[in-house]
Amino acid sequence: MEILVCVRRVPDTSENEIGLNAAGNDIERDELVYSVNEPDNYAVEEALQIRDRIGGNVTVVTIGSEDDEEILRRELAMGANTAVLLWDEAFRGSDGRGVATILKDFVKKGHYDLILTGVQADDGAAQVGGMLAAMLDYPFASLVNSITVEDGKLKVSREIEGGNREMNEIDLPCVLSIQTGINEPRYVGMRGIRQVASVPIPTLGIAELGVDKTAVGKAAAKVQRVDYFVPALSKGAEMLHGSREENASKVLELVAAKGGLK
Amino acid sequence: MVGTYSPSLITDWLVPGRNLFLTIHVLGVACFAYIVAKRLVPLVRAQRDFRFDQPLTRMGRVLKFWLGQWKHPRYKFAGTIHILIFAGFILLALRAFSVLTIGTEHFALPGLSGRAGHIYDIVTDYAATVVFLCMVVAVIRRLVFKPARYAVPARYGKAHTADAVFLLALIAILMVADSLFAASKAAGHALQGQPVEALAVLSLPWMLQILVGSSSLATLWVVNVSAYLVHELAFYFLLCYRPFGIQFHVETSLFSIYFAKLDRGTLKPVRWGIPDDHLDQVKSFGVKTFEDFTWKHMLDFYSCADCGRCADNCPANAAGRPLAPRFLTIKARDYAFQHYPVIGKANNSKPLIGSIYSDDEIWSCTTCGACEEECPLLIEYIDKIVDLRRGMIDDGNVPQSLQKPLKALESRGNPYGKMEKKKADWTKAPGFQKTCRVKILDGKNGAETLYFVDSITSYDDRMQSIGRATARILADMGEDFGILGAAEKDSGHEVRRFGEEMLFMALRDHNTDAIKTAGVERIVTADPHAYNALKHDYKDVPPVEHISQVIAREVKAGNIQFNRVEDQDKVYAYHDPCYLGRHNQVYDDPRSVLDAIPGLKRVEMQRSRDRSFCCGGGGLMLFYEPKEEQRMGVLRVRMAAEAGANVIVTACPFCMVNIEDAIKVAGMEGKMTSVDLTELVDQNIVRESHAQACETANCGG
Repeated sequence: MEILVCVRRVPDTSENEIGLNAAGNDIERDELVYSVNEPDNYAVEEALQIRDRIGGNVTVVTIGSEDDEEILRRELAMGANTAVLLWDEAFRGSDGRGVATILKDFVKKGHYDLILTGVQADDGAAQVGGMLAAMLDYPFASLVNSITVEDGKLKVSREIEGGNREMNEIDLPCVLSIQTGINEPRYVGMRGIRQVASVPIPTLGIAELGVDKTAVGKAAAKVQRVDYFVPALSKGAEMLHGSREENASKVLELVAAKGGLK
Repeated sequence: MVGTYSPSLITDWLVPGRNLFLTIHVLGVACFAYIVAKRLVPLVRAQRDFRFDQPLTRMGRVLKFWLGQWKHPRYKFAGTIHILIFAGFILLALRAFSVLTIGTEHFALPGLSGRAGHIYDIVTDYAATVVFLCMVVAVIRRLVFKPARYAVPARYGKAHTADAVFLLALIAILMVADSLFAASKAAGHALQGQPVEALAVLSLPWMLQILVGSSSLATLWVVNVSAYLVHELAFYFLLCYRPFGIQFHVETSLFSIYFAKLDRGTLKPVRWGIPDDHLDQVKSFGVKTFEDFTWKHMLDFYSCADCGRCADNCPANAAGRPLAPRFLTIKARDYAFQHYPVIGKANNSKPLIGSIYSDDEIWSCTTCGACEEECPLLIEYIDKIVDLRRGMIDDGNVPQSLQKPLKALESRGNPYGKMEKKKADWTKAPGFQKTCRVKILDGKNGAETLYFVDSITSYDDRMQSIGRATARILADMGEDFGILGAAEKDSGHEVRRFGEEMLFMALRDHNTDAIKTAGVERIVTADPHAYNALKHDYKDVPPVEHISQVIAREVKAGNIQFNRVEDQDKVYAYHDPCYLGRHNQVYDDPRSVLDAIPGLKRVEMQRSRDRSFCCGGGGLMLFYEPKEEQRMGVLRVRMAAEAGANVIVTACPFCMVNIEDAIKVAGMEGKMTSVDLTELVDQNIVRESHAQACETANCGG
């Protein structure tokens, strides 16, 4: 099976202190460290496991500049067969639809049976997977937390209320957005990354991809970010100052009062 | 019938005795040689291991640990029994050889004829008796008293009792046969009126001689020859059977101890003989299949006597984690026997993880070193565990709980993912900064001493107090010191012990550069893990000391005085951190500091010094989520309570984390507290300003 995984490089929320910049129009990006968007990493692991079970190839792709190459190397070290970087100055400032357009044109240049994205980027809006599927006219399943490959189709599940699972059948080719927890991604150490240091990663631009210039970039973006703000601290917190037993019964009482216990 | 009693002269057997016994000799020796050759096959295919240096030191250790049985008395009863058996075997070795040769030739070993020979016979008569009695005691122990450490939990297979008893019985038979041979010979000589060398009074041969003394010459003849035959068969059976189980150590222990690791606190390189900068060319890291072990580590598997002392002292085993060092070895030995059979070809090796070892088993080890400290045969465990982890890291098989801190160590240089620029924030605490200014040694500021803080003390709110206490003590002692600040990354001690060698090397190289830039003459740290890393894992850095060593020296020199401990209800117990105590032998310095504090009541826990019980492990172990029945720390805290202490003094920030948590988990808040040695010193040290204030107030200090 030919599998494409769309990945993205994001500031690692566990290793950064995210704050707004002085102008208030972006987060402070000095001294940030980046990593692969977590759900994307699960998607790559899932693709590798499918490949290892039934054969095929795993390609990882990201839209971004040279800096973003590091995550592609990490995924190559994990075991992806090929990696491609999509970049052109014209891509800068694309909204979700623009990103989906670029990916659509890349997908059309190859033959992929299965396209995976993470469920959402840490700094994203969970829109690219669905839009990409629509543009390709492929079926789409979101929030996928298990995949079973059957003849010409997949059985996928997603978690619904109360930890239950909903099972769906979906025809190939298709696009799936992958939920964290679907697997346990393997570890990639420095040694793994060094071993793929010399693997070439081609960069494809607007011309190679045949992307319509008017559909991407800042000018084409129909969703514009206008502001960031930090919500004002509210006064909702109630501190309990009793013994452990008193606090426990008080908590029980409060939860019951709010309808949390039936 | 001939007067000279020798089995080689049997003529009324189907084959002449000489030929029979010669055949047994040849078959026995050939069989043993063949089995040993087969056992050596995996060792030949194993990884390299450089153990051929320092022959004199190694010989010295053979004298101490092999001939001197140094570790055995750590278990008094079993140890004494073993020493007696071992001594008996050593004494009987020559006799066994000469008895064997009697069957084919008349031969007296040089020096063992005449008077010397007679004395030797007397000694060995007693030796055989003692060994026999030890066998009886050992069998009774195994069958009746059943010491807990010999038990085999269901998950590790069936009990080893039958095999152990069988082997003990064989030795007992050997002793009886040997004695009966001597007894019947002496009785025969007496009956024929020949000069008889008296058997040792009250020895086994002596008693047997009384038993058979009234028999006819013909009966004695049969008894004598039968005893000889039984002795022959038992000897060779035992010789050839030992390489199939726990008694192989009789042959291998000498080599295991000679080739044992000489240094402490260190780790073996990824591959012996391959320098760091060539590691990229190594195809596979660590131990994945059996053949990835070094030959010495395989020899260890053969040498294990299944005594259970390692597991008995292993904190992971005590806490119910799925690890017991004993079975790490036994399982590997079973694997070797199965995959390198004595008859048939060696089979292809499968990965060890997932077949004989589980992931959790290998991650469960805190590398505390209790097992290695205990092993009478000096079997190594930490290097094997780390090698297995290297293999798992290389395969990407790492628990999710460890992946985040490892990634953070790679990008931020600390497992918490905290910003580098906040590394020195602990020095900016209100109140502290005014009284104690800590220099940042970035090349512009110089100092004589570097205080290497390490991650946990820099970033953890609670442990920062240890950092400030250490800095104040250094300032009080008039040290010209500073810290690396943002340039200091994690020492990488646990990174390396968790098998991530390349990441460790990156951290080490970064820190080495930063230390060199700082231009200091020596390093001090309050973190035993950092201490061990800087001392053993780093190269070309200035000498490093743990703060307890520095304080102890100043106390001894009379440069530090302490105020009296006022609270007489407090009873202190010092908990030896593994990487200060066992791995670096610093036991007395922290204790001497405590004892220098007037009025401080100190008790020792039963498990202290080199038998200290790990609190739960440091560094990355704090992130790992083990499968366990209870926390090691809780067990440790209870040990302190048993000793009658209500304050546990540690000298390691990780011990502090584990013990503070354990006090809460054990529900002992209010009954037990913990304090770091530096904090205690900081609280009680006589400071000049304070001393002067005391003087003027005439409070007596």
